[in-house]
Amino acid sequence: MAQTLSDSELVARCRSGDQQAWAELVDRFSRYVYAISVQAFRLPEADAEDVFQEVFARAYEHLDGLRDDAAVRPWLGQLTRRLCIDRLRATSRERPTADEELDLAGSEETLTMLEDALTVHEALAATPEHCREILDRFFARDESYRTIGEALDLPAGTIASRISRCLGRLRELLEGRTRPDTPSSSR
Amino acid sequence: MIAFDEERLARLIRALPPAPEAWVRAAQELPLAKARLDEIVARAEADAEFRARLVADLEAALAAEGYERDPAVIEALKVRFKSK
Repeated sequence: MAQTLSDSELVARCRSGDQQAWAELVDRFSRYVYAISVQAFRLPEADAEDVFQEVFARAYEHLDGLRDDAAVRPWLGQLTRRLCIDRLRATSRERPTADEELDLAGSEETLTMLEDALTVHEALAATPEHCREILDRFFARDESYRTIGEALDLPAGTIASRISRCLGRLRELLEGRTRPDTPSSSR
Repeated sequence: MIAFDEERLARLIRALPPAPEAWVRAAQELPLAKARLDEIVARAEADAEFRARLVADLEAALAAEGYERDPAVIEALKVRFKSK
């Protein structure tokens, strides 16, 4: 999950046919695309999967048309939102729903929160690996202290203090008080 | 600059759980699937007999030629060759 390339560098490599770069691009934005469809638009799992694959298929196909490589993040966000709305409209043809109701789906508030969440995850990717791992496991993967302790070979008593220290480090990073641990993106 | 207290940070980390692994893998393999698809289409365009077998029974024709079964490629070929 460590990020060593900026978004624009990654896009440029994808465009040149670098399959490893494509895999990294998918990995970098997969959580964001997934969260938009299941949290903001509340799509059922099967629809969310279709949208997820369609977003990346279209992104792969149209990467050459992206005017600003650094704008891949809003581009993917917009594409995901559009495909979610298409999917909701298709569903509403079977089970009629007012258009205003569709427009309310994917509330702006949730979408803004997901933007912030992606910013935080990008900063997380620039923290030392032991922080990245423990914060991701505990918060994003919802793993218990026990599971984390076994996986990382840590006594349960040190997990809470490490989480707290790492959150502090992440906060400093986001507030620009420390330098990233890796030669990360410029975001 | 956005303000991040630690409670908010925790909430924002939690807001992006991983997408299902199989979905991510399938999306990561798109370039390979595209390359396989292009190869099969090019061959079908050059070889009428192969094309006829694809139209008659796509999955059987691919298996007979030793192509790995890839659902994404099969779906794309079905659209292209209107096979069963």
